Amino acid sequence: MKASISWLKSLCPTDRTDAQIVSDLTMAGLEVDALESAAHPFTQVVIGQITEISPHPNADKLNVCQVSDGDMSYQVVCGASNVRPGLKAPFAQVGGSVGPDFQIQEAALRGVTSSGMLCGADELGLADERDGLMELPEDAPVGMDFSAYLDLPDSVIEVDLTPNRGDCLSVTGLARELAVLTETTFEAVSCSPVPPVHDKTLPVTLSAERACPNYVGRVITDIDVTAATPIWMVERLRRSGIRSIDAIVDITNYVMLELGQPMHAFDADRLDAGIEVRFAESGETLTLLDGKVLSLTSDVLVIADQTKALALAGIMGGEDSGISRETRNVFLESAFFDPVTIAGKARRFGLHTDASARFERGVDWALAEAACERATQLMLDICGGQPGPVVVTEATDAMPTQASVHLTDARIAQQLKIDLAPADVETMLSALGFVVTRVESGFQCIAPSWRFDVEIEQDLIEEIARIYGYNRLPISLPAQALSMAQVPEASTPLTRLKAFLVDSGLNEVITYSFVDPDLQSHLGDGSTGVRLANPIASNMAEMRRSLIPGLVEVVRHNVNRQHARVHCFETGQCFVEGESGLDQSERLGVALYGEHQHAHFSGQRGVDFYDLKGLIEGVASLGGGSALEWSVAEHPAMAPGQTASVSRDGQLLGHVGRLHPRLAREMDLARPLYLADLQLAPLLSGQVTAFKTISRYPRVNRDIAIVVEDRVSWSDVRQVVSALNEPRIREMQLFDVYRGTGIEPGYQSLAISLSLQHTDGTLDETTIQQIMDHVVDALKAQLHAELRG
Amino acid sequence: MDELKTLQDDALKQVQDACALSELEQVRVHFLGKKGLISQQMKALGQLAPEDRPAAGAQINVVRDAVAEAIDAQKAALERAEESKTLAREAIDVSLPGRPREPGGLHPVTRTLDRLNALFASLGYTVATGPEIEDDWHNFEALNIPSHHPARAMHDTFYFDDGRVLRTHTSPVQIRTMMAEEPPIRIVAPGRVYRCDHDLTHTPMFHQIEGLVVDRDISFSDLKGTIVTFLNRFFEADLDVRFRPSYFPFTEPSAEVDVQCVMCAGDGCRVCKQTGWLEVMGCGMVHPKVFEETGVDTSVYTGFAFGMGIERLAMLRYGIGDLRLFFENDLQFLNQFRG
Repeated sequence: MKASISWLKSLCPTDRTDAQIVSDLTMAGLEVDALESAAHPFTQVVIGQITEISPHPNADKLNVCQVSDGDMSYQVVCGASNVRPGLKAPFAQVGGSVGPDFQIQEAALRGVTSSGMLCGADELGLADERDGLMELPEDAPVGMDFSAYLDLPDSVIEVDLTPNRGDCLSVTGLARELAVLTETTFEAVSCSPVPPVHDKTLPVTLSAERACPNYVGRVITDIDVTAATPIWMVERLRRSGIRSIDAIVDITNYVMLELGQPMHAFDADRLDAGIEVRFAESGETLTLLDGKVLSLTSDVLVIADQTKALALAGIMGGEDSGISRETRNVFLESAFFDPVTIAGKARRFGLHTDASARFERGVDWALAEAACERATQLMLDICGGQPGPVVVTEATDAMPTQASVHLTDARIAQQLKIDLAPADVETMLSALGFVVTRVESGFQCIAPSWRFDVEIEQDLIEEIARIYGYNRLPISLPAQALSMAQVPEASTPLTRLKAFLVDSGLNEVITYSFVDPDLQSHLGDGSTGVRLANPIASNMAEMRRSLIPGLVEVVRHNVNRQHARVHCFETGQCFVEGESGLDQSERLGVALYGEHQHAHFSGQRGVDFYDLKGLIEGVASLGGGSALEWSVAEHPAMAPGQTASVSRDGQLLGHVGRLHPRLAREMDLARPLYLADLQLAPLLSGQVTAFKTISRYPRVNRDIAIVVEDRVSWSDVRQVVSALNEPRIREMQLFDVYRGTGIEPGYQSLAISLSLQHTDGTLDETTIQQIMDHVVDALKAQLHAELRG
Repeated sequence: MDELKTLQDDALKQVQDACALSELEQVRVHFLGKKGLISQQMKALGQLAPEDRPAAGAQINVVRDAVAEAIDAQKAALERAEESKTLAREAIDVSLPGRPREPGGLHPVTRTLDRLNALFASLGYTVATGPEIEDDWHNFEALNIPSHHPARAMHDTFYFDDGRVLRTHTSPVQIRTMMAEEPPIRIVAPGRVYRCDHDLTHTPMFHQIEGLVVDRDISFSDLKGTIVTFLNRFFEADLDVRFRPSYFPFTEPSAEVDVQCVMCAGDGCRVCKQTGWLEVMGCGMVHPKVFEETGVDTSVYTGFAFGMGIERLAMLRYGIGDLRLFFENDLQFLNQFRG
């Protein structure tokens, strides 16, 4: 809502400065976004009149004008195309200024002396675009100071209203509020009844009473629609951001700004026997004022005559029934439309009008008749015409009712921690338009018809707090009973996991949860993700199923910026629609690309699968849970032979592997990219340590080398040994894998170190040998292993 | 006895002249070895008269000890010299760079969130989380935003065909918590939120943290005190804070909170658009309709809630000028938040 301070002050005569008014409103919840001057600063600009014109002797596009300021005549060179004798325009005199830097001096323009400047509206800051000289009305008094003529200087405030304060979408609403805040007497606009001079009316039928319970109409005949809008009205409209169109539209807009009641004027001669307010028939069409043709649905309220829909109720008028230059008789509409019915309809048709913005939030339901009188008076003043009687059609039962709210002293004290005298409460609320009655230890408050946002006691608490001043209210911290927090030890805090990865040299990244569907399908098994109905862009249309697409994009972004090492991770929800509904659990994604470490003179190497595997095992070990199980696996985005599925306690967590070289090539990644995509929760789960007795006896290490087929994996070997359930084997380490000379093709040699220890005594050589034989026998039997000589 | 004296002088000289451990060992063998010259002197004692033997023996022992002592001293000296040489050989350029063990870094959003969580944890708040794809009821209806409500237009919601939405705020977590737990409740709910808006100052995804306190006799002044304390702790400065009446469907009274501009200390700058104030969060007393929806007894309990954007706080805290940097994940950006 934009309004000029001078207009506001005409209803709320306060001597507060502009800055104070901005602060008053903002701190009361009516946030002033902008305070601007209504025009450029200028001095010594008067209303001038051109008396004579002659062509400039030395320039085709210039004219030499004689300009009168009422006392004297001045020779002024002017380039505007609309100069003509008799025209009145702002005239900046020598010694004055226009704008902050432009001093008017006597000057010779192409050899002809020019004493002063005739101004365009843009030069004075009254229009954005250049459109010749500003043409002033014929009745503009020549010689009058132009600032005084336009009620300048003036400022314009733009108030960013919250949706609950539709009542402040008018100068009346803002002034009423400002009056309370500044303890000024609010001077309401006079809307005295205009007596009818004939009895022409149009019948009005309310066929959707809930949606439109009150409709005020009036026929005004013999109107001159070509009459000029007075300059004061044009200026007030302009300062509120509305362009002058013609007198009728200007008047309805003016009343809307002034009182808050959107109105519509129909050409009475183009209406077919009366008005019906009804819901549209499905498929019914309507051509709007702007030429747009709409196909309507049955939840859209329209103003219709006997044959067709004329207007979108509360949103916009129609082309067929609008005012034209031929219009002689006008039917004026001032109605109440139910906010719920209007809400969202304008948006559905891609419209946003001043009327819809107001009706959606709620227009004072007791205002329609007064607004009609006010508009009638302005029309008679400006366009002439003969008013008929005001016809009020009302479905009384369907009208909104005034909320009556009980407010207790105790509630005020408890919520705001202030001790307010009942009289003060009463003063505040009464000034806001509430009808307040003191009842036992409280008040009964009836809300004014313009306040749609007041329903319960809490709403009144806010009103009191607002008027009292939020910043004057006391400050405290909640008194609370102490309670000790839970500190579960078996699960690793997410912060710990992240700290581990960060300490391991990885950067945490955060990528969008919606990804490119093509990329996701390319990097996945082809199945689609959950799609947004209204994505912001086609490459952000699908919810991620894993963290891989986002991480691949991050690696690409940074590799394209010459980073030789990109190690990063992300945690976050992923979204997979499954048989049991939507799964949106958290996952951990890791990407390792390029160098293992930052450059160092001692040499470097690239990352490989085992760097990533070690990292993931490190993460899993944080909580002390069981070890991860790694199995050869396939994944559509990963290289066969370098991909593992990862499980824990039999539950599949996800995959770790190298991005398929074909995909890497497509993404212009020259080096291998290793990726992990795992469920987060099982990685964080663990168990509280159960202490095992430590042995005081020496530990013995024995190494063996076995030869097994290539297809035998290290985990096969581990399983065989751990299946022995030999408690004296404390650790088993693989310290070499060898293929080549001395080993038959298709076979590999695994060098294993076993660490043996007993809790009850020193192991003797015989026992050691027994254990080792046991191990070797099992490997021979189950994996066809041979001891390497 | 002159012979013995000569022997000693000779031995000591040879010890002195030995300039390698191997040479010194030869000298030792030559004099003190089993067949060494001094050992032979001992053996020759047998040829003396028995009464002369003790004195002569004693003299030889003196010589032997002197030589042995000299050898030990010379050995230690040679070893030290040897070690010095080795050390000199092994000297390195300590100015060369260390082998990198550089930590990565948390994303600045996480870093900020962790601080927020810690600040509120110190007041007894616990962290609550919830799903990002929400149903209409949790995201809107239960928060007193019915379908026709004008506030819905402020939210620029992402929808799915089945009517579910990407949560537009973390407030649904409030609802889930109040449905699941009995007061007293003190939670913060951090997480990703989504708005269908993408320009210089908006990203379609960002992070919020919401706080909720429900208990007996919670007042607006408790809310004010909590917010003022929090902002001063977060920015580690004694900043002016002001509360402006505002509107959120799920709180009443509602307030916007402005903090004195941290960039210009309130003098006016580009960041605060010359106002001296920064809008940092919204808050208010929990609306009774929200309590009714979630089954909290309004005759016993009152509460407050607050919510703020993490990126906004991070931008102010670290002086980051461009919101879009948060989701580009450029290492030049991320590496500024190492460790």
